[in-house]
Amino acid sequence: MKADTLRQTLDFRIKKLPVAVVTRIADGAQGLVTPTESDGALTLSEVTQGKVRARLHDDRSGRIDAAEGDLFVQALNPPKRLILVGAVHIAQSLVPMAQIAGYDVIIIDPRGAFATKDRFPDVQLTEDWPDEAMEKLTPDHRTAVVTLTHDPKLDDPALTVALRSEVFYIGALGSNRTHNARCGRLRDAGFGEAEIARIHGPVGLDIGAKSPAEIAVSILGQITQTLHRAAA
Amino acid sequence: MAETSAGGLSSDDALGHASAWREAGKGVALATVVKTWGSSPRPVGSQMAIDEDGNMIGSVSGGCIEGAVVMESRGIIGSGTPKLLEFGVSNEMAWEVGLACGGKVEVFVERID
Repeated sequence: MKADTLRQTLDFRIKKLPVAVVTRIADGAQGLVTPTESDGALTLSEVTQGKVRARLHDDRSGRIDAAEGDLFVQALNPPKRLILVGAVHIAQSLVPMAQIAGYDVIIIDPRGAFATKDRFPDVQLTEDWPDEAMEKLTPDHRTAVVTLTHDPKLDDPALTVALRSEVFYIGALGSNRTHNARCGRLRDAGFGEAEIARIHGPVGLDIGAKSPAEIAVSILGQITQTLHRAAA
Repeated sequence: MAETSAGGLSSDDALGHASAWREAGKGVALATVVKTWGSSPRPVGSQMAIDEDGNMIGSVSGGCIEGAVVMESRGIIGSGTPKLLEFGVSNEMAWEVGLACGGKVEVFVERID
């Protein structure tokens, strides 16, 4: 790999932009492919670029058999994102766990007393109203959303935006009773059963979690399961 | 937050270390898992950076083949010719190391020029 190619690759990472490094196994010749462009010593046909971009989109590194030869595609995407609604106790456990697992975490909570830098030192905090905050964040297929407030006037607007997006995971904290009531409100708002079924509620894997940290483990476990089961 | 070393790089950031080592004037190789069969400890795309002194950051297995990859890297840092290494239970290439899990992996090793 040329030092230049490596620098360019790292530059994409700093800017949080997706890039695929394509390497021909036979001679190590390389090219870079982004969702819109391609560059480098290894020139790739439009067809091959299409195959590379599909892998980049799906976050799936691997070999492709192309006209240019046996190629390896290294899909380098910015970190997946986890959006939490509610700067509550569970969030304080879930934030560092999710960060270790490779997520960029964003917390939405318009209640100023909760979303403080003291409680959440290394996280992006926003005090905008959840629907407005969510829309600004443009959640995509590499984003997970978890609502933690139990408060319909905060959780529901966030869920509404999440359900209209491609996010790979939606979870909502609350008992079965709370969740049934929530589903009823979303039905009244015009969402269909299939859409509502995207919400994991009560949130998390059933591991008997009790403490905030244990509940965080069950949520991160379910997010991981959803991510990889969908890809398989 | 992931642990960070003195340079501000995460302790498992292979690409970041490869670049930092190269800029410090060291010979550097980058190893990437490019194919796996059966059960293998690290997925395709996993990377490890190796410098001329044998320091390594990142991983390409659960510790089973890293030593052999570091050994091979010395030659690749010297010659500049990339190489595809294969490790597995079959030991087709007569490696002394293999994967205890019974999987098989291909690791592409290249020099940072």
